[in-house]
This record gives sequence, structure tokens and C-alpha cells, in this order.
Amino acid sequence: MLLTKKRALALSAILATSALALTGCSGAGGAKQDVTLTLATVSNPQMKDMEELKGEFESANPSIKVNFVQMEEGDLRAAVTADVASGAGQYDIVTVGAYEVPQWGANGWLQDLTPALKADATYDVEDILPPVRDALSVDGKQYAVPFYGESSILMYNKEMLAAAGVTISNNPTWQEVATAAQAVKDQGIADSGICLRGKPGWGDLFAPLTTVVQTFGGSWYDMDWNAQVNSPEFTEAVTFYKDLLANAGQADPVSYSFTECLNLLQEGKTAMWYDASVAASILEDAKTSKVAGKMGYAHAPTYKTAESGWLWSWNLAVPESSKNKEAADKFVLWATSKDYQQLVGKTLGWTRVPPGARISTYEIPEYKEAAAAFAPITLEVMSSVNPSQPGVNPQPWVGIQYVTIPEFQDVGNQVAQLVADAIAGRISVADALNKGQEIAQKAGDAHKK
Amino acid sequence: MRRFKSGLTTTITWILVLLFFFPIAWMFMTAFKSEADAASIPPKFFFTPTLDQFQIVFDRGMGSFLLNSFTSSIASTLIVLLLAIPAAYALSIRPVKKVQDSLFFFISTRFMPVAASILPIFFILKFMGLLDNITALTFLYAAMNLPIAVWMMRSFFNEVPMEIIEAAQIDGANFRTELVKVVLPIVVPGIAAVALICFIFSWNEYFMALLLTTDTARTTPPFLASFVDGRGQFLAVLSAASTIAVLPVIIAGWAAQKQLVRGLAMGAVK
Amino acid sequence: MTTIVQKPGAQAVPPVGQAEKKKVRLSRSLILPALIFALVLTQIPFLVTIYFSMLNWNQLYPNEVGFNWFANYVTVFTGPDFLSSLGATVLITGSSVVLSLLFGLGFAILLDRKFPGQAIARTLLITPFLIMPAAAALIWKWSMLDANVGMVNFALTTLGLPPVAWNTDLPAVTIIMLLTWQFTPFMMLILLAGLQSQSKDVLEAASVDGSGPIRTFQWITLPHMRQYIEIATLLGSIMLLQVFDPIAIMTKGTGGTKTLSYLLYERAFIGLDVGQAAAFGVVTVFITILVATIALRTLFKVFMNGGDR
Repeated sequence: MLLTKKRALALSAILATSALALTGCSGAGGAKQDVTLTLATVSNPQMKDMEELKGEFESANPSIKVNFVQMEEGDLRAAVTADVASGAGQYDIVTVGAYEVPQWGANGWLQDLTPALKADATYDVEDILPPVRDALSVDGKQYAVPFYGESSILMYNKEMLAAAGVTISNNPTWQEVATAAQAVKDQGIADSGICLRGKPGWGDLFAPLTTVVQTFGGSWYDMDWNAQVNSPEFTEAVTFYKDLLANAGQADPVSYSFTECLNLLQEGKTAMWYDASVAASILEDAKTSKVAGKMGYAHAPTYKTAESGWLWSWNLAVPESSKNKEAADKFVLWATSKDYQQLVGKTLGWTRVPPGARISTYEIPEYKEAAAAFAPITLEVMSSVNPSQPGVNPQPWVGIQYVTIPEFQDVGNQVAQLVADAIAGRISVADALNKGQEIAQKAGDAHKK
Repeated sequence: MRRFKSGLTTTITWILVLLFFFPIAWMFMTAFKSEADAASIPPKFFFTPTLDQFQIVFDRGMGSFLLNSFTSSIASTLIVLLLAIPAAYALSIRPVKKVQDSLFFFISTRFMPVAASILPIFFILKFMGLLDNITALTFLYAAMNLPIAVWMMRSFFNEVPMEIIEAAQIDGANFRTELVKVVLPIVVPGIAAVALICFIFSWNEYFMALLLTTDTARTTPPFLASFVDGRGQFLAVLSAASTIAVLPVIIAGWAAQKQLVRGLAMGAVK
Repeated sequence: MTTIVQKPGAQAVPPVGQAEKKKVRLSRSLILPALIFALVLTQIPFLVTIYFSMLNWNQLYPNEVGFNWFANYVTVFTGPDFLSSLGATVLITGSSVVLSLLFGLGFAILLDRKFPGQAIARTLLITPFLIMPAAAALIWKWSMLDANVGMVNFALTTLGLPPVAWNTDLPAVTIIMLLTWQFTPFMMLILLAGLQSQSKDVLEAASVDGSGPIRTFQWITLPHMRQYIEIATLLGSIMLLQVFDPIAIMTKGTGGTKTLSYLLYERAFIGLDVGQAAAFGVVTVFITILVATIALRTLFKVFMNGGDR
């Protein structure tokens, strides 16, 4: 077992080749005449459809190639923020949530798309749902275009509620929902009456919970950026949410967010679910869902406000640091155009048309037919929510289930961790919210005029 | 009685082993399910197997990510061995007082959580124009694994009987002969163990790959995570992707485990 | 364990001759490449981290970047986050290391005997260590611990026990359980190596002497295993200190699972505060070095002695 000279030679040969291979790899990629766009996006089904259809765009624009980089939501935020904030310019097109667009736009990180949108006569920018569009604009400049949008609705299993002898109106109150959930649970019709998100995170637990807080009359901040987290209304809302989960909710709530609840409902293990409206199209897919055709849909439950749905959109934007802005603009407009929606409908099926971005989507006859169960209510809710004042009192920012300040995702996350502790019964709701108040106030102080 | 006892121990051992392995067996099984079967409540033990998930994974271009993973893992492992073997040799067989202090320095470079140093690294690479570059990633992986490699290799060298080295030195062997002909053959199992561990860590590294690469140089782990679907079911396809992603490491680990045990057996003694 | 052979270099005879100088030079030239490589690739980023730690720099406030000197460190030391995270890190790392050592030892003993399928059993056992941590965490979250589909609760209810809401009621236990599962193979490998390196003569002699298996284990095997246990602990702790994925995937830092690694991630990528994240990082490094030095010097004297051979 001696290492002979031959072996040593072979070893150094391997080393040399691998070194060569390495330099070769790093050298490749340049020296192309055509434009290659790198698009960062979140790994949701609608985006996977977009990747599937990008060939149509590429054959219409032979000099442009589009590379998709899909990431899980948290990863996308981390990677894209680092890139865009530093001006590294690795991505030509980025997928940005409604929460970030106005902040990034104001920071000068995103290209103002208004001229490009106006220049394209067929694009019809007025067709974009007004609340969605407002959320993407700062001082009349639009920094992103919505790829799809959503609100939150109450989804319920009609058979189960009928078996429990309860009904849900089209505009239910939270009390009504709690009673129905309790009835289902008490009569043993399902393991739980309702599924609600409990996973700590501003975009997980606090997406639905903030809308509950608002309809209970609470808010994160008042007009002067004083934190309101331990106010009686906020406390009442969190206590209600916690009790509802404890009395009629799913087991192990802290594990649950969108996908987990989706499974539970699809498998017929719970009767109701309050979450994003896009869930409806998955629930109605007879291929994967056991409850297709059995579902009813209602407006987000309310208490003191008329509506309580949230508003979210995933949008496409072009960073200022992109070196291929012109080509990038072209793709962004293509992917959010009316033609793209027709393309999705015709090639992949009409239920897969990205919802909640354009009014005209809801006028396509094929879509209206295919999505009859959930399309009307989605449009209805999305046009009736008010991002400028979703709660009882006025607020100094535009946005429903989030606060448009950079600190919010941190504040939301930390308070969500505390509330999760309260849901698990490790601390009281009051203690959790008192601590949360301190965290929120620190962030609010930075915005006091 | 004795035979019965031994049989009982064997049975208990096997039950425990299978329990321990169960989560992975379940992952392999899930890879062959449809998404609906994978999410089924209660779980399905019997189902119609399908290769659909593997189809999806390869349609999304897993090949190029695997290639990047192989390149960065193998190349970084080679770099680590090239650097760690002489260093460990010096620390163990030809120790000099001042040099000894560097041992602790090596291990201390592993103390910084990646999350804290990743942004500085990002900005340095951006400054140097080395973002999304497989060579840069390879060197970072080498730096990440060097401390453990030096530490382990040093232990292996400590196991080489001094008499052998002295004999070689008396024979007038120069340093190179001493290292290559006398010492290295003895520590080959140790080198295999170190190489495997470096390979595993590079192969599974996630954070740097996510932040420092986008497309050209992206490796498998961030690609795997992209199957975690915010808005739908993903368990089956993720299991399929994970199954493919762990296969190289599992094969390497299984093939090398004798070496691994022998290597570690030497390595741990001192 | 055996007689220590004196190394020519270790004797360090005071009058340094020409040959000795040459040896020192050779020794240095051997270690230098690795040293320079490590210095350049880890210390330059570390220096940049120290520089960042003195900046007021939130990624979302690009126009307000400037020096704030030690303000970030004040935040680190006056806020409640650091100490509680330190506690969580010690608890989670410590318990996982101890538990995986115990399980690893148990498996090593079971596998250190000939039985049908021994090689296959060993092969199956090391697999959890080879799996990508993120994939492992997802499999556990969904297939094992889920309140509805999970196999663990399925097993519990079959045995007539009440199901457990793992992430809600026992977040820290959940994380420790997963980490123990992942690191047991690593510990087992090292300890198995130790067991197999035991001299069979000694063991036979012991059994001839009439000492029972438990006494033999206690008096002969355990002392022999000490060094193996120590290196397993050291390497295991270093790896477990950095653990991030299961926390991000399962508990998101709630219920005493916010380890330093996760806290740093939160500061950097959710708080987007580059300066604060850097300060937390620098403090973490120094505390870890401090703890590691104390641990190495006191608990593991062997390592330092081992360095001199």
C-alpha cells in the first residue's frame, strides 16, 4: 500500500484537470450576443406555470432568453434583498411582494414602470384592480406590476356544516364562525371545526391575525406611530383567536400555516378555514382534492368593520441595477398581459389563470365558467377592501395585513413568536402583547415626525 | 440459553435500527407517491407507485445543479486535503511550539455562525465580481472544511508509530519520501474519512449557495428548497428531489464506511 | 494508553543547531499554505464583519448608512435577545450532544458484535447523518411529527397514549429530538471505532478473571473510550452550534428554540440590520472562543497534551 510515483502523478493530474475545469466553469457564460434575463421568483404554482410558458415569449423574442431561479419565500426575500439593496445586479426581474414594492420603489431600487406601461397601447394599465395598483405605486409612479393577487376568504365544507346543523352567511361575523366551528367539533363531525394559521411569522400567523385585530377595532399603530399592540382591542382579538384555536381549532396549531391547513381541509379533517383566496382553486381541483364541489365560500369574517379581507399580490419588477432593463420590461409586460392570461387558459387550463390582478380576468367567459365557485367572491372581496383604512381607525400607512415600514417584518415576526408562546399556553396573552408593545414601539419611534 | 439471548439481542438491534431508519425509508417511499397520496390522512403504506415526481425534478433541470454540486464538493475536498495533510503533518510529526498555537486558530474559524459572515462575504465577492461563481464557492467550502480536516488529520498522524518515521530518517530518507512513502500509506483510511466528511458538508451546504449564487453556479440544496411550495402540496416532489440529492452522499458513505470507521478509529485516539 | 514515544521535535533541546532550524523552517513551510488560506478566507470576512458591526446600516435604509461605533454592541448587551439565545443554544446543543452520545454509544455496543446483517444495519444507521439537514427537517415535520399524519402520534395513539402537539407544546424537545436523530450516527461511528480498537486480549483477560460484562465495561471499556467520547463531543458541539434548518422549518424560534444561529439569521435577513447582525456575530465568536478555550483547557486536557504528543 505504498503511494507510488505513478499514483502521485495521477493525483496531481486529477488536481490539474479539476483546476482547469474550475477555471473553465468560471470563464463560461459571457461572450453571448443575445440577452439572457435572470428572473428570481417564489416557488408557487402560478410561477411554475410561467416558467413552463416562457418558451412562447422566447420564440416571439428570439434574442431574449429567460432563466428562472425559483426560491422558497423566505429564501427569495433574503437573496433578492441582498442583491437589490447592494446593486449587485444579478437579477433582471424580481418577484416582490406588495409589502416591499413601495419601500423598494421609494429607495430607488426599482425601475419606474409607468412610462413603459403607458407606451404599450395594448397593455391597458387601467384594467389592473385599483386596490392592488395603489399598493404598488408611490407618488403616482408604479414600480411593479401584479402577477397575481389575492384576498382572504372563509372556506367551509358545506356537507359538514349541514351535518352539524349550522349555516354560514355570505358576510359572516367571527361569532357566527366560532359557533359553527364549535358545533362541528362538539358533534364529532370532524377532528376540528376550523383551521387557522399559528406558525410564527409576520406572513404566516399575523396575516390572518392582523385582519382579526383590525375588525376587532385594533391596529398595530395609531396615526402618530404609537404602538397599539397591548391595547384592549388587540388583546381581545388575540384572545379570541387563541380561544377559537383551543376550543375548536386543529391540534398543534403552531405547526400550521397555509399548506398544512390546505391538507387538513382537502382530507376532510376540518370543516372551515380562513385564509388566502387562491386556496379555492386548489380545493376545487377534483384531481387532488377530496372536497371539490363540496365547498362554500364567504367573505372574511368580521366584527366591527364591514369587510375584513386582506390584500396581497406577488408582483414583477425590474431592479435599477439590471443591465438588461429593456428586455426585462418586455418580459414583465408580457407575463402580466391579457394575452398571457389567454395563453395560460388555453394551454394549461382556465382555473390556472393567475387571479386577482386584472378586472378583465373576471370577464373571460371560459374563466367565469371554470372558476364559477370562487371567482365572483374573489373579485367582490378584492374590490371592496380598503388598504388605506382597513380597520376602525385611520392609519398612517397603506396596507392591510402588514405595516409598510422596513421594521415591520422583524416586529411582526418577534410578536408572532410571543403570540405562539401564548397560544401554546407558556405565557399569557397580556404578557405576550406587553412585550410585543415594547418591540413595536421601538420601531414606531423611528417614524414619529 | 446463550443462543436464545444472542438471538434476542439481534432482534432488538434490528428493531431499533429499522425504527431509526424509518424516516428515511418513508422519504424514499414518498418519492414514488402522487402528491395526493403523499398528503393523505391517514398515511398510505400501499399505493400505486409513480415516477412522475422524478420526471418533474429532472424537467426543472436538476442535472446542472447536481453538476455544480459535484464540481464544488469534489474540488473543495481536494483543496482541503492538499492543504490539511501537510499542515497536520507539521503539527503532529514535526511539531514546533509556535506552530502548535495555530491549531486552536484553525478550529476557532468554525465558530462564526454563517448567518453573520454571509453578508460581509457577499459584499467582498460583489466587489471582486465573483458572485455566482463556482470557483469562489469552492474556495469558501474549502475554508469551511479546513479546520475540521486539519484537526482530524493531525489525530491520524499522531497514530503513526514514531519508530517508523525515525527508521526512515535514519535511512536518510528526505522529507518528501518520508511523507509520501512512509507516513501517507498508513493514514490512507484517515484521509478517506476526512475526504468523505468534507464532501458531505460541501454537498449539503445551503446558506452560501443560496446567497452567493443565482443560476450559473447554483448547487443542489437551494434548488431542493425551491420545491417547498408556498401555495400547494410538495411533499412527494420534495422527497423525490431529496432522494436524488442524497443518493451520491449515501453511496459514497456506504462505500466508504469501512474506511470511515477505521479512519475515525485512528483519528479519535489522540 | 501506551508508552509515549518521544519525538525529536518535542524534546526541544535548548541549544538550537543548524538542523533544528531547518526542521523549524520545514515545519513552518508545511503549515503556512493552510494558515494563509484560512487567514485570507476567514479572517478578511471577519475583519469586514467587525467593520460592519460599527455601522448603522439597515438594508432598507440605504441613505442612512454611517458609523455608530459601539451602538450595535450596546443593543446586543442591553437587549434581552442575546442572553436568552445563549441559553437556548447551550440547552439545545448540550442536550443534543449528550443524547446523541448516549444513543450512539448504545448503538455502537449493539453493533460491536457479529450478527446476521451487521453491515447492512450499520449502513442504515449512518444514513441520517448523510441527509441534507433541510430535507431531514421537512421529512420530520411532515411525515413524523405532524399532529394528523405523523407516524409518531400514530404510534402513540396505537399504544393508547394521548397524541402530542410537538411544535406547540414541546418545541425545544422537538428540535433536540431531530438533532439527536441526525447526530447519533456520527457519534456511533466514532464510538464504534473506539470499541473496535479495543484490545481483545485485555477483554478476554477480564472475562477470564471472572468480572462480569458490566464491570468490564465500566473498568476497561469506558476508560478506553474516554478519548473517543471527547473528540465526538468536540466535533459534535462545533457542528451542532451552527444548526439552523430545523428551527427555521419547524419552530421559527418560538418556545426557547431561538439559538444564536437563528437569532443571527433573524437580525440579518428579517431585521435586515447588517450592523446589528455583525455585532451579534462578533460577540458570538468571542463567547464561543471563550467557552471553547475553557472547555478545552479544563475538560479536555488530553487535547492539549495530545498536541505535544
